[in-house]
Amino acid sequence: MINIYEVAETNQMIEKENLDVRTITLGINLLDCIDSDLEVLKKNIYDKITTVAKDLVKTGKEIEKKYAIPIVNKRISVTPIALVGGAACKSPEDFVEIAKTLDEAAKTTGVNFIGGYSALVAKGMTNAEELLIRSIPKALACTDRVCSSVNLASTKTGINMDAVKLMGEIIKETALETKDADSLGCAKLVVFCNAPDDNPFMAGAFHGVTEADAIINVGVSGPGVVKNALEKVRGESFEVLCETIKKTAFKITRVGQLVAKEASKKLGIPFGIIDLSLAPTPAVGDSVADILHEIGLEYAGAPGTTAALALLNDQVKKGGVMASSYVGGLSGAFIPVSEDQGMIKAVEIGALTLEKLEAMTCVCSVGLDMIAVPGDTKASTLSGIIADEMAIGMVNQKTTAVRIIPVIGKEVGDTVEFGGLLGYAPVMPVNGYSCEAFVNRGGRVPAPIHSFKN
Amino acid sequence: MKRTIITVVGKDTVGIIAKVCTYLANNRVNILDISQTIIQDYFNMMMIVDTGESQKEFDVISDELGQIGTEIGVIIKCQREEIFDSMHRI
Repeated sequence: MINIYEVAETNQMIEKENLDVRTITLGINLLDCIDSDLEVLKKNIYDKITTVAKDLVKTGKEIEKKYAIPIVNKRISVTPIALVGGAACKSPEDFVEIAKTLDEAAKTTGVNFIGGYSALVAKGMTNAEELLIRSIPKALACTDRVCSSVNLASTKTGINMDAVKLMGEIIKETALETKDADSLGCAKLVVFCNAPDDNPFMAGAFHGVTEADAIINVGVSGPGVVKNALEKVRGESFEVLCETIKKTAFKITRVGQLVAKEASKKLGIPFGIIDLSLAPTPAVGDSVADILHEIGLEYAGAPGTTAALALLNDQVKKGGVMASSYVGGLSGAFIPVSEDQGMIKAVEIGALTLEKLEAMTCVCSVGLDMIAVPGDTKASTLSGIIADEMAIGMVNQKTTAVRIIPVIGKEVGDTVEFGGLLGYAPVMPVNGYSCEAFVNRGGRVPAPIHSFKN
Repeated sequence: MKRTIITVVGKDTVGIIAKVCTYLANNRVNILDISQTIIQDYFNMMMIVDTGESQKEFDVISDELGQIGTEIGVIIKCQREEIFDSMHRI
């Protein structure tokens, strides 16, 4: 039988160390909504989302109550809209109409974000995909809860450099469209290499075409729990360090698994995966950078940071896979700057640079995340940063992403406030040397030799 | 059987257990196990109870116990047992 110390440990994690379930994300297939008439399509989309997800928020709250564990976000991801809207949308403005419909559906169901305003263009862009991409700045400016993502590269197909170039411009344009809100639109836009079909985390969640009609994916969290566990093994060897991270990750993931199964049962929708990511929040003590500090680094960004992060990422996975039968999504440690108090501090004092962050993305999930750069950063420079990150993902056969915010009107040293879970960020310097001739070449970077495994 | 874990955390005072037990008895909640200890200077009590016979829904019991806790100045929490089982048992 459960004993009092185990109960106290669990509740200490929840109450003092910010253990929570970060998100229950309901993936909904919209392919059966397709119609060549835009109005019919919009109605179909709205009806399907508000029907399938009608009990999502309520169920989340019930589970919170039952186990006394916070479930921070309830979200929806949908089939990439470029596929759904292709038959009906003849212009970027038509796609913006769908974004508005998604926003309305999100508000009706009570979720805080809806993901899937997306295009998958790793090898090439269809007309519809290009129209959707060109509609992103307007779509994100006139909606509150819609998140957008574009997959630009994969290990199997290489990097679509035409799309990389275009996305540099689109990010810049999105920043301009939302300049009155510190270019907030860019915080809801992410580009990927090797985007997973079942990621529950925003802004990159979409419901892949390989998925069932509806599916429940859950993202766990708990950097604070890992940090607190590591405090107890200060000065011990790497073996002890790794064991501690693994055991803690196991416990965290089991809570996610329980919540996922429960949500799946209550909603009558199959359970997809648990995403093992350690996701920080701006709350003090809920920081991946603090874990790195506890591992032995004065600040995130100090020499040794990449090694420490690699170790952390690996142990989180090893503990997590034992705890859940189905693991997927991004699964690793997130290193967003604005959403992590320790990362913000490290950037502010100059310990952490964009280049070091890029190195860190080679060994953890996702990539350059929630990074504010000066508003006058050129579109081609943004494309260059994206291309670097895509190359890391492509060659290492892993997911990488870029969510970068060129904050209009701000310079290095300024601070940007995004609010809520998105936090705040110091504007970071960018290498100003030109990559324009490189970005302008056009075409595709071929897939790497080790992708040919057939 | 619907096993629920009730935890009481706070400053020790007269009658905590009596209050909680009276409420449980009045609502046909059977106590299976009780243990208590001091963790980090706080009084910690844990009860494993069975709510299967109770007329009241879990939510109501949870809210009402929370209310009793507020009255006597401690925090009373109800959680279904599964969260502890899944975290601490393989």
